[in-house]
Amino acid sequence: MPLGGPDITDSSADKDAPAIELENITKSFGPVRANDGITMRVERGSVHAIIGENGAGKSTLMNILYGIYHPDSGEIRINGTACALQSPADAHHAGIGMVHQHFTLVEPFTVLDNILLGFENGAVLARPRRLAARKLEAIERDYGLSVPLDAVVSELPVGMRQRVEILKALYRNAEILILDEPTGVLTPLEVEQLFQIIERLKGQGKTILFISHKLGEVMRIADRISVMRGGKLVADREPDATNASELAELMIGQKLAAAVDRKSLSVGQTLMALEGISIPPAEHRSGLHDISLEVRSGEIIGIAGVTGNGQTELLEIIGGLRVPASGTLSLGAEVCAAPDIVPGAVDLRKKGVGFVAEDRLRMGAIGAMTATENVILGYHGRPPFSRHGCLQPRAMRNACARIMADNDVRPQAPNLPLDNFSGGNQQKLVFGRETDHGPRLFILGEPTRGVDIGAVQRIHNTLISMRNAGGAVLVVSSDLDELLAICDRILVMFEGRIVGEMLAGDTDIAAIGLMMAGQNPDDPGEEARNDG
Amino acid sequence: MTAERRAVALPAWATSGLLPVLNLAAAFAVSGLVVWAIGESPLEALKLLLYGAFGYGEAIGYTFYYATNFIFTGLAVSVAFKCGLFNIGGEGQAMMGGLGLAVVAIGLDGWPPALVLPAAVLGAAIFGAAWAAIPAWLQARRGSHIVITTIMFNFIAASLVSWLLVGVLKAPGSQSPESADFPEAAWLPKIHDLLAGLGIQIEGSPLNLSFLVALACAGLVWFFIERTKWGYEIRVVGGNPGAARFAGIPITRTLVLSMLIAGGLAGLMGLNELMGLQHRLIANFTMGYGFVGIAVAFMGRSHPIGIVLAAILFGALYQGGAELAFEMPTISRDLIIAVQGLVILFAGALEHLFRPQVQALFRRLGALGEAHG
Repeated sequence: MPLGGPDITDSSADKDAPAIELENITKSFGPVRANDGITMRVERGSVHAIIGENGAGKSTLMNILYGIYHPDSGEIRINGTACALQSPADAHHAGIGMVHQHFTLVEPFTVLDNILLGFENGAVLARPRRLAARKLEAIERDYGLSVPLDAVVSELPVGMRQRVEILKALYRNAEILILDEPTGVLTPLEVEQLFQIIERLKGQGKTILFISHKLGEVMRIADRISVMRGGKLVADREPDATNASELAELMIGQKLAAAVDRKSLSVGQTLMALEGISIPPAEHRSGLHDISLEVRSGEIIGIAGVTGNGQTELLEIIGGLRVPASGTLSLGAEVCAAPDIVPGAVDLRKKGVGFVAEDRLRMGAIGAMTATENVILGYHGRPPFSRHGCLQPRAMRNACARIMADNDVRPQAPNLPLDNFSGGNQQKLVFGRETDHGPRLFILGEPTRGVDIGAVQRIHNTLISMRNAGGAVLVVSSDLDELLAICDRILVMFEGRIVGEMLAGDTDIAAIGLMMAGQNPDDPGEEARNDG
Repeated sequence: MTAERRAVALPAWATSGLLPVLNLAAAFAVSGLVVWAIGESPLEALKLLLYGAFGYGEAIGYTFYYATNFIFTGLAVSVAFKCGLFNIGGEGQAMMGGLGLAVVAIGLDGWPPALVLPAAVLGAAIFGAAWAAIPAWLQARRGSHIVITTIMFNFIAASLVSWLLVGVLKAPGSQSPESADFPEAAWLPKIHDLLAGLGIQIEGSPLNLSFLVALACAGLVWFFIERTKWGYEIRVVGGNPGAARFAGIPITRTLVLSMLIAGGLAGLMGLNELMGLQHRLIANFTMGYGFVGIAVAFMGRSHPIGIVLAAILFGALYQGGAELAFEMPTISRDLIIAVQGLVILFAGALEHLFRPQVQALFRRLGALGEAHG
C-alpha cells in the first residue's frame, strides 16, 4: 500500500464502503490508555457525532484520524481501503480535513492567502491566486459559504473565520470533515448558519464528524452519536432512540447530581452598583458605554453576549484592574473605583469579593506553578497563608487538600504543576480557591468553559446555594444555556452596551440571540449588523 | 488529553540531574574531538584538567575561588529570571558593586574590621542593586527591553569605573588604572588562614571568606524565593503577569524588587575578587564572570543548589583549564576558552537538546513497567 493511503479519486475505492472504519484502535501515553479498542463505522454522507467528557479520548481519536498521532494497534479504513496515516498530509491525501477548535489562520493574511498557504503551487503567487479564487468561488456557490476572499482574517467575526477553515478543507478536496467543538465560540445565529452549512455539505455527500459536548446540538444535527468514556467507546445511539439525559449519563458513567432548587427569595440589599461606567473603545475592543447595573444579595445575574462585546472590560473594571473613564463602582456604600479612585484587587478580595477570571490560564492561574501554589493566589499576602512575610506551607497544603476534595479535582496531586491538570480540573481548582473564602459577592467569567458535565452541575449547584444563602453572583458567559439554567436576571451586552434585560421567568432565547447579534428583537425586519 | 500526554513528563531528577549530565558529556565529547584533531589525547587532556581542578589542595582552593564568583553572578541571573527578566547585566552590576565597596573601604580608612567589612558588603550590594534598578524601572514603566538596557549598562559601568580609576580614584603615584590599596580592615580573610587558626593546615589559595558568604546567599535566595510572600509574587509575575495583575500583585514594584536583589547579588562578586584577593579596585576585574553567570543559572535550572553545583563545574573548568594549557603547550589558552564555550553552548543554549530522546526512553520504560506490572 502506498504511503499516504488511497487517493479518494481512485476508481478502485469501494463506493459502498463506509467513509471511515476504525478497527480496534488503541493508543497509550505511558501508562494511560487514551484510546482502548475503539471500533467505529462512519457512514458516508452522514453527520456522526462523537461526545464525551474532557479526557474521554475524543481528541486523541481525532488526532489519530488526522495523522498527528499513530495508533499502537488497530486499523483505519477510509472508503474501504486500509490507510497508514503518518501525517496530516497523508490525511489530506485520504480526503480528511479538520477544523480545529482553535483556528489555525494567519490573522494578518487575507482569506485567499490563508487558504493558499501550503498549497501555493509556485514561487510567484499571481497565477495560483487567480486559479484558487476561481475554484473557491465555485465551492462557495456549491455549499452556500459566503466568505469574502480578499478580506483580512483579523477583521472577520469568529463565525466567518470558521467558514474560512471549512472552505480551506474543502479546497483541499476533503470528503470527510472533522469539526472539533465547532459551536463553542459562536452566537446562536451563527450556530444556525453553521448547521445549515453542515446540512448542505451532507446533502452533497460529504461526511461530517462532529465533536461536541453540547447534547442539545448533537441531538439536533447528528445522524448517529458515539459516546466515549475513559478511552472506550461506550455507546452508539441514533438521536431518535435516545435523549439528552441518557447521553449525559453515558458520558459521565453515573447519574447526574440533582440540581439544587432555587429558593424563592426576595432580593435584598445592593452589594455592588455600577453607575454610568465608560471606557473608550480601543483597537478591536468595543470599550464600555454608560454601563449601569446593580447586583443584589440573593440573586444571580447573567451577562450574555458574544465574546468581545465589552464583557472582558466589564470584568476588568469589577476586578479592580482598570480605572473607568467615567462612572463609579461601589461596594455597599463605598465607592471603590471611579476616574480618580484607583481600585485595588487585593482590597476588593478583602471586602469579600471572589473572582473567577474569564480566561483562567491568562488571568487566573500560573501553569508552571503547583496546585498548592495556585490555590493561594490573590490570598497569598495574608493569614493563614503568610505571616510576617513568610509563606506557611502547612496552611497552603491544608487549603489545597480541602479544595481538591471539595471540588473533586483529579488527580489529587497538590505538588503537580497546574499545566499537568486538564482544563476542567484547572477550572475546578480556580473555582474552589475563590469559594473557599466564602465570598459574599462572586464574580465569574465563563465559569464552566471546558469543564465536564458532572463538574458543571456541581459549579452551578454551588452558585445557586450561595444565592440561596443570600450571596450575590454575577456570571459572564457566552453559553446561553448556562445562564438560562442558573440566573435570576440576564443582561445582554453588545458593542459595550447593555442592550437588554430579562427576568428568569420570561426569557425568550430567540430574542436574546437577536440582541447578542445587535438586532432589535421587536423589529425583525432589520438586517443583522454582523450577519454573514 | 493534554494531561494524559504529559503524564510521561520527566521526573525531577531527570530534568535537573540526567539532562545536565548528558549535556555536559556532549560538550566534553565535542571538546575531545577538537583535542584529538590537534593531535593530543583527549583522555590525557581530561585527566590533566581534572587533576588541575581537583588533584591537590591548592587546585581545589582555586576551583572554589572561581566558583564563588559564579555563585554570585549565577544567583543574580536566576532571581531576575524567576520574575521573567533576562538579566544580562551581571557584569556591570558586579563592576558597580566593586566601585561601591571600594568607596566604602577606602572612605572608612582607620575604622575597625567589624564595622568596615559589613559596611563594604552593604556598599557593594547597594551599588549593584541601584545599577540594576534603573533598567528594571525602565522595563516596567517604559517597556524598554531589559536585555538591551542591561547590556548597555554593562558598557556604561565599565567606562565609568575606568574613568574614575584614571581620575579621582587613581592611587597617587601609580601609572596603572587602579585605586589605592584598601585598608587591611577591609581584607576578607583567606580560608586557609582561618582554618590555620583552628589548627587545620591546608594549602594556600585565594579562596576566602566570601565563598561562605556566597553559600549563605544561595540559601537565603532559596528561602526568599520559595518561602516568602515577596518571592512568591516574583514567581507569579514571572510565570503569568496577567494572573499577577488579577491577583492584585503590584507588577512594577515586583519587577524592580527582583532586579534589586539580582543586582545586589552580582555586586557582591567584588567581595571575592577585590576584598578577598586584589585589595584594591582595578579596571575590568569582572573578567566576563557576569556573563558566565547566565550559563551557570541555566545549567543550574535557576535553583540555588543547581547554581552552586554549576558554579563549581565552571570553577573547575577555569582552574583545570589553566593547568591544562600550562601542561600541554599545544592546547592554548584560547582552546580552553573554546571548551568553556562548548559547555555554555550545550548546557545553556541547547539545554533541551536531548529532552525528546530521554522522554522517549522514559515512555518506553514506562510501557515496559506496565507490561511487567
